Amino acid sequence: MDILVLLQLIVSSSLMYAAPLIFTALGGTFSERSGVVNIGLEGIMVMGAFMSAVFNLLMFDTFGGLTPWLGLLAGGLIGVLFSLIHAVATINLRADHIVSGTVINLAAPALAVFLTKIIFDAAQTGPLARSFGRSNILGLQNIPVIGPIFFENTSGPAYLGILVAGIAWVVLFKTRFGLRLRSVGEHPQAAETLGINVLRFKYYGVMISGLLGGIGGAIQAQAIHNEFGILTVAGQGFIAMAAMIFGKWNPLGAMGAAVFFGFAQSLSRVGSYIPVIQDIPNIWLQVLPYLLTILILVGLIGRSEAPKKLGITYIKGN
Amino acid sequence: MVQSEKVIEMIGITKKFGEFKANDNIHLDVKKGEIHALLGENGAGKSTLMNMLSGLLTPTSGQIRVNGQDVSISSPNVANDLGIGMVHQHFMLVEKFSVTENIVLGKEEHRFGFMDKDTANKQVQELSDRYGLSVDPKKLVENITVGMQQRVEILKTLYRGADILIFDEPTGVLTPQEIQELMSIMRKLVSEGKSIILITHKLDEIKQVADRCTVIRRGKSIDTVNVRETSQQELADMMVGRSVSFTVDKKPAEPKEAVLKVENLTVKESRGYDAVKNVSFEVKAGEVLGIAGVDGNGQSQLISAITGLMKSASGKITLNGKNITNKKPRMITESGLGHIPEDRHKFGLVLPMTLEENIALQTYYQKPFSNHGFLNYKEIKSYAKKLIEEFDVRTPSEVHSASSLSGGNQQKAIIAREIARDPDFLIAAQPTRGLDVGAIEYIHKRLVEQRDKGRAVLLMSYELDEIMNVSDRIAVMYDGRIIAVVDAKETTEQELGLLMAGVDKNRASAETVTAE
Amino acid sequence: MLTMNKDRLNNLLVPIFSIFLGLIFGALLMLAFGFNPITAYNAMISGVFGSPYFLGEALRAATILTFTGLGFSIAFKAGFFNIGVAGQLLVGWTASIWVALAFPDLPRLMLVTMSIAAAIFAGAVWAGVAGALRAYFGTSEVIVTIMLNYTALHLTNYLILNVLGTGNTTERVSENANLSIGWLTELTAGSRLNVGIFIAMVVVFLYWIFMTKTTAGFEVRAVGLNPHASTYAGMSATKNIILSMLISGGLAGLGGAIHGLGTFGNLFTQSGLPTAGFNGIAVALLGLGNPIGIFFSSILFGVLEIGAGFLPNGAGVPDEMASIVTAAIIFFVGANYIIRFFMNKLNNKKTQAVQEGE
Repeated sequence: MDILVLLQLIVSSSLMYAAPLIFTALGGTFSERSGVVNIGLEGIMVMGAFMSAVFNLLMFDTFGGLTPWLGLLAGGLIGVLFSLIHAVATINLRADHIVSGTVINLAAPALAVFLTKIIFDAAQTGPLARSFGRSNILGLQNIPVIGPIFFENTSGPAYLGILVAGIAWVVLFKTRFGLRLRSVGEHPQAAETLGINVLRFKYYGVMISGLLGGIGGAIQAQAIHNEFGILTVAGQGFIAMAAMIFGKWNPLGAMGAAVFFGFAQSLSRVGSYIPVIQDIPNIWLQVLPYLLTILILVGLIGRSEAPKKLGITYIKGN
Repeated sequence: MVQSEKVIEMIGITKKFGEFKANDNIHLDVKKGEIHALLGENGAGKSTLMNMLSGLLTPTSGQIRVNGQDVSISSPNVANDLGIGMVHQHFMLVEKFSVTENIVLGKEEHRFGFMDKDTANKQVQELSDRYGLSVDPKKLVENITVGMQQRVEILKTLYRGADILIFDEPTGVLTPQEIQELMSIMRKLVSEGKSIILITHKLDEIKQVADRCTVIRRGKSIDTVNVRETSQQELADMMVGRSVSFTVDKKPAEPKEAVLKVENLTVKESRGYDAVKNVSFEVKAGEVLGIAGVDGNGQSQLISAITGLMKSASGKITLNGKNITNKKPRMITESGLGHIPEDRHKFGLVLPMTLEENIALQTYYQKPFSNHGFLNYKEIKSYAKKLIEEFDVRTPSEVHSASSLSGGNQQKAIIAREIARDPDFLIAAQPTRGLDVGAIEYIHKRLVEQRDKGRAVLLMSYELDEIMNVSDRIAVMYDGRIIAVVDAKETTEQELGLLMAGVDKNRASAETVTAE
Repeated sequence: MLTMNKDRLNNLLVPIFSIFLGLIFGALLMLAFGFNPITAYNAMISGVFGSPYFLGEALRAATILTFTGLGFSIAFKAGFFNIGVAGQLLVGWTASIWVALAFPDLPRLMLVTMSIAAAIFAGAVWAGVAGALRAYFGTSEVIVTIMLNYTALHLTNYLILNVLGTGNTTERVSENANLSIGWLTELTAGSRLNVGIFIAMVVVFLYWIFMTKTTAGFEVRAVGLNPHASTYAGMSATKNIILSMLISGGLAGLGGAIHGLGTFGNLFTQSGLPTAGFNGIAVALLGLGNPIGIFFSSILFGVLEIGAGFLPNGAGVPDEMASIVTAAIIFFVGANYIIRFFMNKLNNKKTQAVQEGE
């Protein structure tokens, strides 16, 4: 195969698989930076995927080509709603963060398929009206060599994700909001004594994770599976969490890790075209993200990269 | 220098927690531009009083005036608006943030929500320069020294426009040099028109910087004095009081061979500083050695190292002739140690477990309480019942959870467990903290009884009464060192008070002698 | 005696209220979509209890949940959240099938024992990795077990496709590795209920003995409740972390063996992790860590799981409703702060009333 064509295939396929991970990993970053562990991201992605699929099928006549993009918003909104369950349980009702996340992960697939059956009379939605497909990015495909590899016939949502990662980095590290959000995850007592409403900022963190996780799910449905069913998300939420940890709770790092994991996932599909890679058993490429995450976690020992008060319920005055 | 304008007046302040009066009709007034010390022992009620000033608690009765106005300080924000700032004993700092970020947090310089770092850094730099704090605004808090971190805490209050600064035990974690620097910072602050309340129980610090001093003892304000006209010994007198409420009847000690030997022990805290510095002493069979000192001078770490809960950095600990330095807790226990821990809820008991299980916590794996890996609850139960009876632990039954018992009875259960194992060496750390008079007397009696049976007892306490009543010899710890070992019969409260405040032995005895 | 009775009562009230609130939530949801909840719940109950076959299937499902529930529970008692029971069950399932296929002609007792032992070992190793990383490096067991879950999923699928099976499934194991018992199958009209249920009962009993009667169980409980006091009393936190994770994974692996040899008799590629793993977490949380409670919670969730199949025909309700109810129940267990809060208020009012009355 022509090297250029091959590179283009790898890049676009990696980006396609990376796109949902980028958004969801960014979502996880906001939640955990505020001190709330959100393993419910998997369930939130499921709800986002479901909602976007419904929106896509029902609204295509109204919105036409814009439908998948608006579907992201639909997925994001349902994600926010669902994340509120997690917020109420962990922030107000003092539930264990993992227990609450597990509840979300139990509830979301059941609820989504329940609703799918009510609406479509089947466990899957069937093919969507309009998927993202492939697009050129802002005319950049005309740059020689690089253009075709990176910007021609590729994943639009992935580039949106990269943009959002940049914005997320600015928000977390360059704004007043970001400073306060991080202070709440690091030292809520200090924040409280300085008049910051700790619980409110935790809500912000969890709700942003719902928005971005929902969008991640919407991309998964509209760009990769082109339908919604019980297998649409299947563990991508957990890989996104891995990307967040791999990226050390930094939006740019999380984005980079998500692209890498997208690359690993795409390799198990397009790897057979690539010399050397084609000789590696598929299984290694499939489990690479998981094993790498464990190694990274072990390697992080003694360097407290995670927010200091992560997973600890804040009780006022304590 | 001292003007007469009163910036703070606390009039007849009483704070009750349930039936307990933490503050009982306390009066305090602070004049503009003075350093006003608040002196008292642990638990005297200083923190409660200051928490009412900083908006964390509200008084049960009494009136607070700030700059002559009646106020009700319902939250930290209100305190802040009134110009009251607190420099916390345990720093409230986000370690991964820069100095500036910590200072401006909650009151940030920003343009459309974007942090204006340059302006903020400049403001912090200016404040730092103005008060001679020489803090680098751009450094991360985790990379600066503890002394510098404290200055960041000071800057936080100044940045918020505080005119009245409360320093809560500010020198506990500082090196002697850092303490000197802090003193000059405090002087600089008052010379710029700020007023300072200094909470402390270190007399030399008060003598060094304070203008006036209000002494609090057992929730009551004893007196307010001009520091320059009052000797350290008089201050110590007022702090400790003369009331010796419970004396323990005891025969003279008959000390025999040394059971515990500690040689040149140094213990490092996790943050890297030496909490115990080259300490040597021994405890003999048939005596109670008291360890006196103000909280935070290395006593807890010393005991943790002896009991195997903390690593020793250097030195040697011998128990019954066996080297137990850095051995596992169980091995040390089996070598003859009994340990009544300082924090009974954290270390002494597994609160949700039953009383009988807690009584067997040290011996559950031994016969007859277990056999081939199976617990023998019949034996455990009858043993627990016996101890409950013998040590008068008031509980509805031995299968009630330890958490359902009162503090005194929890402590009796621990004492029962530790004493009944008949250890050659018993450590009692703060054994009567928070207990009522009856329980205190009971526990003191038990400790002396152990001594009379020929056991070696190490008593660590922050209560001077307790140390003096129960001990035969008293070692005083200050700044990680044992600065003196005195005979309990020959020493006085005054002498101990001065030693605890870090005044060295020769000077302490000299002052006492002159006073007499 | 009053306080203890109150504690026990409260402990029982939390799961009962949670079940009640979960069912109500499900009912409201069904009402919202125009279904009749009474018809639905009735369809589930009469469906399961009206036929020996479906009752047998419900108990069969409960068997697996008991193992995963106990497995999750012991780690939880020691202070760890083993979210990896699903993966540990899967590797146990795989190991049992592997051994059963490798030695099809061994005597039945021997083959079953060997297959089950292999499953326990595989599950224990899979969880033990997370335990050891936690004990020696302080690595979050939640993340590690999640990652190991998906590693197990891909690994077993790979093994089926490339080593063990033909296509997407393995052959069925020989009769000598089968767990069914003739009279039990007959009694339940041909359901897949098997000897596993008796093994489950024995394990419930052994678990109870271990936790309440042995020194090792005493240590696990003590370390989980207060690691500081346990260290003070000479116990080793490291040892107990690893031990509890090994047992936890071993129990999940045992569940996998029962699933493999009892329910299916083979192994096939999975599109997702076995739900019995996550439902085991639900069972353990609802049973509040008590083995008897876990056993009964398993039966409840087993009935829900099998009863779900009657929802579409019996009431026109999608069968996912049952899982939604499960999730809702666990939500209320997890957020029991609110239940306890109201119960305390109620109690205080009562005490006040009594005192005023006196």
